[in-house]
Amino acid sequence: MNEPRQTFRSLIASNKRKSVVLVVVFCVLIGTLSLILTLGAMAYVAPALFEGEGPLAPPPAKKGQVSHRPQKTPPSGGPEINWPTAIMVGVIGGALALTFSFLGYFSGDDAIMYAHRARRVFHDGDPELFNVVEEMAIAAGIPPPRIYFIHDEAPNAFATGRDPHHAAVAITSGLRGKLTRDELQGVIAHEMSHIQNYDIRLMLLMAVLVGAVVMLCDVFWQIVRWGWTAPAKEPEAAKEGANLAVLFVVLAVLLSLIAPLLAQIIQLAISREREYLADATAVQLTRNPLGLANALRIIANDPAILKTGNRATAHMFLVNPIQKFQAKAHSVLASHPPIEERIRRLEALAHVERPPVASEQ
Amino acid sequence: MAAVSGLMIGLLCVGGVLVVVVIAVVMGVTIYNGLVNESIETKNAWSQIDVQLKRRYDLIPNLVETVKGYAGHEKETLERVIQARNMAMGAKSVAEQGQAENFLSGALKSLFAVSEAYPDLKANQNFLGLQEELTSTENRIGFARQHYNDVVGEYNATLMRFPANIVGGMFGFKPADFFQLDAAEAEAVKKAPQVKF
Repeated sequence: MNEPRQTFRSLIASNKRKSVVLVVVFCVLIGTLSLILTLGAMAYVAPALFEGEGPLAPPPAKKGQVSHRPQKTPPSGGPEINWPTAIMVGVIGGALALTFSFLGYFSGDDAIMYAHRARRVFHDGDPELFNVVEEMAIAAGIPPPRIYFIHDEAPNAFATGRDPHHAAVAITSGLRGKLTRDELQGVIAHEMSHIQNYDIRLMLLMAVLVGAVVMLCDVFWQIVRWGWTAPAKEPEAAKEGANLAVLFVVLAVLLSLIAPLLAQIIQLAISREREYLADATAVQLTRNPLGLANALRIIANDPAILKTGNRATAHMFLVNPIQKFQAKAHSVLASHPPIEERIRRLEALAHVERPPVASEQ
Repeated sequence: MAAVSGLMIGLLCVGGVLVVVVIAVVMGVTIYNGLVNESIETKNAWSQIDVQLKRRYDLIPNLVETVKGYAGHEKETLERVIQARNMAMGAKSVAEQGQAENFLSGALKSLFAVSEAYPDLKANQNFLGLQEELTSTENRIGFARQHYNDVVGEYNATLMRFPANIVGGMFGFKPADFFQLDAAEAEAVKKAPQVKF
């Protein structure tokens, strides 16, 4: 290991930079996708736009050879749109979507806790846990989040909440019983870091954007399946424009097939980067990298699988709750980085070099 | 023709200058507000330390009550703790306060050491609960100081960096002081607290 000695501050800075790069790449992807899909749809439905003197036609190669042909309108043989129905469906759909978005945004925490059958914890219920959370809240300078306890053998913890004033952390019984006070503090610090860095809000935004990408591709396919096409052109003047139109259609088809996958891959890359950031920020809170490192070692050696974790909520957990991803942890489809790497980085901060955890158990 | 294009160029220049000025003003306002926020954050973090110190004072009488029942012979240790607490509450200057706080920490550690000699006391749920509370209190004081230093570090760094240093200089923002032990306290802290059985 000949890399220069890292401090947690430099780790935090580099992780934040990587996050920004990934988000920018994602935005560029969406922008390009929208442009190409729109052009592809237009090319498919109205190739006349790309031909002759249409607005998107290529410039004429030969002078005086272009025929002045009027714009082609869609043939009247195509399906008619029932505008009143369409508008009504659109309004109802939009209202439903808005309602669910608001519900999810404002009371999503309660829904998640209910789904995991979590119980609220106060000071008398578990003084050590309560105090550890309060201490971390003081170190982070945020109000202490609500604390929940989940009866499950699998060792895991997660945080939720759109901002530090509406946050909650949960821990399973499988993890709570196995940790010393320092290790518990490391775990809670990691979860507080997610809250403090607004990671939950970021991942929510990413989920929405990935959904938008999927929807864009879907709309494109609907147009291609159900849209009408203009009848065949005279081969002469149609040649150049037709090539361009076909090019856009092919490009759009290809992109609409890979874009959803690509968007998800970027989203998961962002998720992994934020996990590293949360580890580094946890060290800033506790100034004790070994606490979290030891807790991760304990989890790495524990084979139990979380009963209630699923793909939708996986990114919020301390370690990946989906067992098969713990095994092939280097996959680009993993929401969390491999545990050995996380432990290695933490122990490097403490200037400790230990043999890595065996990943094949 | 020449007159019109000359007018246009002139207008463009004025427009360009205006745009630059507007951008500068907006940036200036943003930076100023950011500095205000960070400055208030440092003051808030400082008062949080006091909150935790006061919390400790309130807990100590409870601890002493619990221990009294078991450890009649350890009156000396108990009295030392109470004495240290009163001293800390009465401290006037910051230096005096720091010294008194360290004294109190030392006395409390002795009290915990006492519990080792009394297995009954160690197993007592109340005592364990209070031990956790005092451990947490000491931790909270430490984390409050850590948070204060973190916030001061960020504020001072922002103030020294460009372009906030310009705005800071214009409006008289001063860097804040880190929480530090002065020479006398630093010496006292380096000595391990006395643990007598």
